[in-house]
Amino acid sequence: MPIHEKSLIRPEKLIEHEELVIEGVDVSGHWSTFIEGRSVADYNENLQDEIAALPGGEYIHRCWQCGSCTNSCTVNAINADFNPRYWIYLIRTGMEEELLRDKDIIWQCVSCNKCTYACPRDVVPEGVMKATSHWLELKGHTPKSPSTIFDEAFSEQVISRGKIEDGLVLRNFFKRTGQPLNQPWLIAMVGGLIKRFPVFYLMKLGFATVFRPKTKGWNRARDAINEYAEEREAANRKALGLGSKGAK
Amino acid sequence: MAGDMKYKKVAYYPGCALEGSGHAYNRSTKAVGKELGLDLVEIKNWNCCGAMEVKNIDPKIQTYLSARNLSITEEMGFDTVMAPCNGCYHNLKKAEYDLGHDETSKEVNQRLSSKAGHKTYEAGKVETIHALDWIKKSIGEEGIRERVKNSLQGIKVANYYGCMYTRPRHIFPEKDQGADSESTSKPHYMDDILAAAGAENVDFPLKTACCGGAHTLSDSDTSTKLVLNILTAAEACGADVVATECPTCHTGLEMHQIRAEKVLGRKTNIKILYFTQLLGMALGLSAKKVGVHENFSDPRSLLKEKGLG
Ligand code: SF4
Ligand code: SF4
Repeated sequence: MPIHEKSLIRPEKLIEHEELVIEGVDVSGHWSTFIEGRSVADYNENLQDEIAALPGGEYIHRCWQCGSCTNSCTVNAINADFNPRYWIYLIRTGMEEELLRDKDIIWQCVSCNKCTYACPRDVVPEGVMKATSHWLELKGHTPKSPSTIFDEAFSEQVISRGKIEDGLVLRNFFKRTGQPLNQPWLIAMVGGLIKRFPVFYLMKLGFATVFRPKTKGWNRARDAINEYAEEREAANRKALGLGSKGAK
Repeated sequence: MAGDMKYKKVAYYPGCALEGSGHAYNRSTKAVGKELGLDLVEIKNWNCCGAMEVKNIDPKIQTYLSARNLSITEEMGFDTVMAPCNGCYHNLKKAEYDLGHDETSKEVNQRLSSKAGHKTYEAGKVETIHALDWIKKSIGEEGIRERVKNSLQGIKVANYYGCMYTRPRHIFPEKDQGADSESTSKPHYMDDILAAAGAENVDFPLKTACCGGAHTLSDSDTSTKLVLNILTAAEACGADVVATECPTCHTGLEMHQIRAEKVLGRKTNIKILYFTQLLGMALGLSAKKVGVHENFSDPRSLLKEKGLG
C-alpha cells in the first residue's frame, strides 16, 4: 500500500534491530528501519455520509486536500496533532480507526473560522470539526467533552428563559464538570474587583443572584424550540443508525 | 459619508453579555452615543443570540434566535439594528445571510416564528451594523476630530478585533468593497476612530487572531495560551493598551491575563479597554462615566499618567 501520510506511520509500526548483520554488513539501528506492512480492512464506508448528516458536516465532500485549513488553524499552531485536513481525509476515505486515535482532541476546535476563511472549496471545516465531535459523542467513542457540557448548560438556559446570565452559566458549568469555584485565578480576578466595586462583583458572578433575566413572552418560543430540538436530535441519531435516546 | 443621518437613530441590541460581564461596554457605548447626539432605542423583549453555543446544539435554532430579534426590530419600525457585541453582530449577520440563501433555514424560521406567535422575519428588511460602523458612518473621523476635548495623544493602542467581526467572509457582503469599507483581513474602523481621537495606533499583526473565547472555560489552558500570545505581541509592538470592541474578547483577554500570571507565571502589564471607553474619555467624559473601574486590568494609573480620567 502506498504511503499517503507520513503520520500514518505510527511508532509501533517501525521496526529497528539493535544489532543486525546481513552478509557481513552491519545494518544495526537506523540502518535497518523497516515499516511493518499494513493493510486496512476495516474501512467504514458510511463514515463520510454519517458526518455529512450532522449539522456542519454537509460540505465535507468538496474537500480537495489543499491543507489551507490546517495551515491557518489556531489550535494547530499550539498543537501540531490538531489537523483538520488530515481528519477530513480520514473521514472521506473511511479510516475510522485512524480517526479514533485523535478522538480526544477534535473537540478543541475554538470555532475561530480561520479555516473557513482560508478554504477555497467552501467546506466550512469548522462545521466539520463540530460534526465530528458530535459524531464521536453520539457513537459513544468519547464522553461528552467539556465544550459540549458548556454548550448544553448555556443552551438550556437560553431556550428556557430567552436570556442568559453569565454567572449562572459559569456556576452550572463548574458544577457539571465537577470543578470547584474557588480556583486561584478566579479568586484573584474577582478579588481585584471586589476591592473596587463589591456590589457589582456579587451581581456579576451571580453568587447573590436575586434577579434572573428572562425574555418577556418567551414561553411559546421555548416550546417551539424544544419541540424542534427533539426532532433534530432523533433525526441525527437515526442518521447514524442509533436507536432512540432512552433505548441506549 | 460622515454624518450619515441614516444611523442617527437606530435600534439597539445590547445582548446578554452587556448586561453581565460586559457592563462597562454597555455604559460606555450609551454614554458615547449620548455625547455624540446619536439615539439608541433598545429592542423590546429581545432574546439571547445563542452566542457560540446554541449553534452546536442546532444551527437552525441559532438562526431563529436572531430572526426573532430582527422581527421585533422591524415591528418597531426600524430598518437598522446596532449590536456592539461581536457575537450578537455576527449571529444577526449570519441569520440575515442564511435566511436569504438557505431554504431549510427559511422553513425552520417560519415554523418556529408562527408557533412562537410573531411575524416571520424575511431577509432584507433590517440592516445589522456594529458599534464601529455606527460611529464611523454617522460621525466619521472628521466629526470626531471636531469634538475631541481630551486627546488620546501619547497613548499607544493595539486594536484587537477578534474572529467574529470578520469571519466567515460570506456573511459580511459589505466588507472588502473598496477603501471606505471595512476589510476582513486588515480591519481598520477602530484604528480610524481612535486615531481621530488622537491615539497612536501601533502596527499590530494579531488584529484578527483568536482569543479562544468559545472555550474560555471549557478549555482554559488553550485560551490562556492564545490570550498570552495576543497580549505579549501587543506589548512587543509597543502598545500601552489593547482596544477591544467585543465583550467576549474583552473579558477573555482580562480573565486570561490574570490566569496566565497565576497558572503559567507569565505576567503582562498591558491594559485592556473598550474602544468606547477610550473614545468617551477623548470626548470629555470622565473615567468613571465610561466605567474604567470595572476593568479587571485596572487602567486607572495609566490613564492618570496620560492625562485622562
Ligand atoms: S482548506 Fe478546504 S479544501 Fe483545503 S484541505 Fe481544508 S477543507 Fe479541504
Ligand atoms: S475553526 Fe477550528 S479547525 Fe478551524 S481554524 Fe479555528 S480552531 Fe482550527
